[in-house]
Amino acid sequence: MHNYFQAFLSLNRYAWRVFARNMAVFKKTYKANIAFNFFEPLLYLAAMGMGLGAFVGSINGISYVQFIAPGMIASSAMWAASSECTYDSFVRMKMEKIYHAIVVTPINLHEVIAGELFTGTLKSVLYGSVILLVITGLGLVTSFYALLVPFVLLLCGIIFSELGMIWTGLVAKIDSFSYFFTLIITPMYLFSGVFFPIEALPDIVQTVAWFLPLYHVVTVLRSLVLGLISPALFGHILWLLCFAILIFPLPLLLIHKRFIK
Amino acid sequence: MELAIEALSLQKRYAEVQAVAGINLQIARGEYFGMLGPNGAGKTTTVAMIYCFLPIEGGELYVLDMDVRKQARAIKARLGVVPQENNLDEELTVLENLLIYASYFGIDRQTATKRALAQLEFFELTAKQHVDVEALSGGMKRRLTIARAMMNEPDILILDEPTTGLDPEARHYIWQHLKQLKKTGLTLLLTTHYLEEASQLCDRIVVLDEGRILEEGQPAALITQHVGATVIEATLPQREHDSLLQTVQALLNGYMVIGETLYLHPGYNITTVLAKVQEHSKVETLTQRPANLEDVFLKLTGRRFGGA
Repeated sequence: MHNYFQAFLSLNRYAWRVFARNMAVFKKTYKANIAFNFFEPLLYLAAMGMGLGAFVGSINGISYVQFIAPGMIASSAMWAASSECTYDSFVRMKMEKIYHAIVVTPINLHEVIAGELFTGTLKSVLYGSVILLVITGLGLVTSFYALLVPFVLLLCGIIFSELGMIWTGLVAKIDSFSYFFTLIITPMYLFSGVFFPIEALPDIVQTVAWFLPLYHVVTVLRSLVLGLISPALFGHILWLLCFAILIFPLPLLLIHKRFIK
Repeated sequence: MELAIEALSLQKRYAEVQAVAGINLQIARGEYFGMLGPNGAGKTTTVAMIYCFLPIEGGELYVLDMDVRKQARAIKARLGVVPQENNLDEELTVLENLLIYASYFGIDRQTATKRALAQLEFFELTAKQHVDVEALSGGMKRRLTIARAMMNEPDILILDEPTTGLDPEARHYIWQHLKQLKKTGLTLLLTTHYLEEASQLCDRIVVLDEGRILEEGQPAALITQHVGATVIEATLPQREHDSLLQTVQALLNGYMVIGETLYLHPGYNITTVLAKVQEHSKVETLTQRPANLEDVFLKLTGRRFGGA
């Protein structure tokens, strides 16, 4: 328990130095990365929005493509953070031995992980915001509340970075990450209201969906993009905030346990 | 004597293996100190405790008069560490690597750039400063890793098998650079299983095996004490060993046997022993060579360094 609370002390300038290191590397590679990252959501938007949308007509009074566009922001942000803190972090930790290089300087391992989480969060905000720009260009954004989207993506980013990092702390091999995506990320993608309102599903599924972070992210983003503001949004934000804070120490403690014998 | 590193019955265990089994060390400031031993002797574990990566399990460990259990961050700020495996940022250039590393210590950009250029100059990498690290040769990467460890102007430089995997030329090149750094008052702690490396660089060494210190002293003194100046190697069928030894044993300081080879330590009786060995009809090969630390290790453990 002591360690759990101690972990929060890693949110400091040393973690920030790790983040700055990752940004320096990212600056050299972002062009290829970012282009690749928003390509896939656009494919979904085109295939589902226009293809499927032709049959669906409208949902809750808005066109199908408008309905799924905010979900593409959320899913792009989710994939960005979760792949950063699984595959990319794993490569830095196990293959490039970057963690080893850093922990012999005044920075400790908890701070390295915190810096990794910042990195995943930034990428999440960035890749989500790119989709926001694209759907704005496509005329799918109808409210200035959409300007608040990047702030919600901060929460989305930290949560999925944490979840990815927890998995990284648990698995021994890089192949095991496919389970993370198959068992956690993909179901979340499908049942969080990205493609259809979860009200369409049985009550039990709706209850389960309430425990999925992406559900809250999608709900808030859709409301902001379409300007459907209600007090219920604060409930969702609060849920995300609490979740992000509560699980923060877990990846730090897990990686520490795995790394230092 | 001001101490750079002091270990008192230091211990570390992994599951069922006692990796470090009660080591005592006193390394003076400015000293070049070597830890020698075969793979698995506990060298890497010991240095990893010194640079505060692995927690110590028993005993005491002080680095620059600070307790590793309490002042890890302050200790690490004063160390330069060159790990066994390269862990440079491959995507970054040579110069960027040094600057990023300096940022971990909170060194401002201007100071860092000045130091980085000086280090590149010293390690003869200036021409490569804007080259991506992945394009460097093994020897250059190694030099860059050492240059990187010098960015915080450390009091102690710790090198864990710094030249493993390098060709002899690259190895000698690195030794030269490390020798030059001695003038600056740097303390150097080196682990190696190259006995020549230890002889070349170190004022004093310890020989480690199975987590314990077998012997401690100056490389040359250890050789003289345990082996003498010269070793005569004779190969002959094992059943003939006794007949040869009968003729020379009285003249020897000692001898070792591995397989069909006899390692004779003739002390000052080189010529006489050599003559006797030559007279023996079953001797297949015969070599006379200067004694080295490997002979010391062989004598201390009954094994060769590589474990053969």
